[in-house]
Order: sequence, then structure tokens, then C-alpha cells
Amino acid sequence: MSDPAETTAPQADAAELRLVERLRAKDEAAFMEIVDAWGPSMLRLAKQFTPSTAVAEEVVQETWLAVLDGIDRFEGRSSLKTWVLRILVNRAKTRGTRERRTVPFASLAGHESEGDFHAVAADRFLTEDAKYPRHWGSPLPRWEAQPEQALESAETLTLIREAIDQLPPAQRTVILLRDIEGWDGPQVSNALDITETNQRVLLHRARSKVRAALEADFASAA
Amino acid sequence: MNDHTITDPLPELACQDFVEVVTDYLDGALSAVDQQRFEEHLAICERCVAYVEQIRVTIAVTGRAGVQGEALPAELRDGIRDAFRNWAG
Repeated sequence: MSDPAETTAPQADAAELRLVERLRAKDEAAFMEIVDAWGPSMLRLAKQFTPSTAVAEEVVQETWLAVLDGIDRFEGRSSLKTWVLRILVNRAKTRGTRERRTVPFASLAGHESEGDFHAVAADRFLTEDAKYPRHWGSPLPRWEAQPEQALESAETLTLIREAIDQLPPAQRTVILLRDIEGWDGPQVSNALDITETNQRVLLHRARSKVRAALEADFASAA
Repeated sequence: MNDHTITDPLPELACQDFVEVVTDYLDGALSAVDQQRFEEHLAICERCVAYVEQIRVTIAVTGRAGVQGEALPAELRDGIRDAFRNWAG
């Protein structure tokens, strides 16, 4: 597993370092601003590891306290938000395991990357005895060139959130961190304590399912 | 249609295998040989070009699908603010 310091993800920029200075100076407005901005996604992330919303809320509160206690040690090698979320994930994982009502994340991650998986339904491809075996058997519905207004409409974003909610928990956690929070592979595998390969399999399955949901939606609308 | 199967440029990677390694490709995790195969396939297969584009669009749109317009439960927010005042006090 690679060192988190070697990640390609962005480091804290000048605006963030100023924010850190304000936190160190005990600026309540600055603190509440990031609590309000990041709190809801922290709660969503914490819920992936904990047995109840109540426990997830406790994890969020504990995380902010840990952030304040540790703010003098923040070195800016990752963005501030990434640093905060790493603390959250660590605490949520520990808490989830301690509650013993949730399956440890590593077992979920292993289980969810086993077995056959088809990014695209097998019947969309030609059979082995065809002239071009296992190549596309029918044209791919083309929805990707829709205008931005359609692709980024409230309906589409709701559809994506629903597709993500329906994923099994480890796949959901990985796509939240990679594609919503923008973490890179090493950051995710480190924080979740799974191998990079395992992380990528989970991401692959999650992304493929979200793509399929978009295809189904745009195809039925066409 | 001329059926010269021997000289037909059948790509080494079938589309069905191609779609399963797109994530590895985008992460730069394919071996040099596999990456070359992937790119060779991409150069001649329009449907797989479209597929990769769909995955890229999926990633981009997912990036905008974070929690939005939601607020923390008031009690939790108050608890966090109290913890801050304790810490700052």
C-alpha cells in the first residue's frame, strides 16, 4: 500500500491554508462554515460504516472535535477536506466494528468483488461462435452527447443518487470517495485498508452500474 | 461481403473484455501490453469509443451528484458548535 503522501490528489491551496489559520485562531464563523458545507456529506459517508443514523451522527461530532484537537498538526499535504474525511472514515470504521452489528468493511469489500460481473449485460454481445465473437451484437444506445442541461439536470442527479444508494455498501463507499469526493485510488485503498486492486474492482462495478442506470433512463426517454 | 477471415483485422481484445478493463485503463493500472491492446481496440471500434466516453460522462456527472441543499440535523449542528465553544473557551 502506498504512502498517502505520494498521492496525486490536490494538496491544500492558499485559500485552504488561510482557512486553517482561522481555525487555529478559534474563529467560530470559519468553523461553522465548513461544518455546514461538509457536514451532510460526512454524515452520508459515516452511515456507510455504522449501524444507525444516531451512531453516524456521533461519529460526525467526534470527528469535528478530533479535527479541532489536531488542527495544529495539519500539514497541508492533502486538502483540508480530505484530511477531515480521513479522520471521519477511521472513526466510523472503528465505531462500526466496535458495535459488532455491522460486518467489517474489509469483508464486505472482499465479498462484493467476488463472483461474476458483467459491466454490460452478456446478451448485448455476440456469442462465441459468431464471426466476431464477444463483440457488440447491437448498437450501443448513444446518450453521452446530450446537452449539458439534460446530463446535469436535477432529475439526472437524483437518478444517480438513487443508483448509488442501491449499490452494495463497499461499492457505494468507494464511488462516493472516488467520484464524488474526488479521491485517487491510493487515498481510498489506504483509508479503507483494502488493496488498490480490490478498490478498483469495487469502483468498476459501481461505475458500470451507474452508467447502466443512465443508459436505461435516457433510452426510455428517447 | 468478402469473407477473408484470415486477413480480417479482428482486434485481440473482444468488446466484452474491453468494457471490463475500462476502469483499470482510466486509472493507468493496465500493464504496458494490455494498455497497447486496449488502445489498438479503441482505434478501430467505434462502439467501444462511445462506451469509454459514456464512462467518462458518468464519472463527470456523478461528481456533481454529491449531497446538495441538505442541512445537518439542528441538534447535531448545535452539538458541534457547543463542542467548538468548549474547545475555544
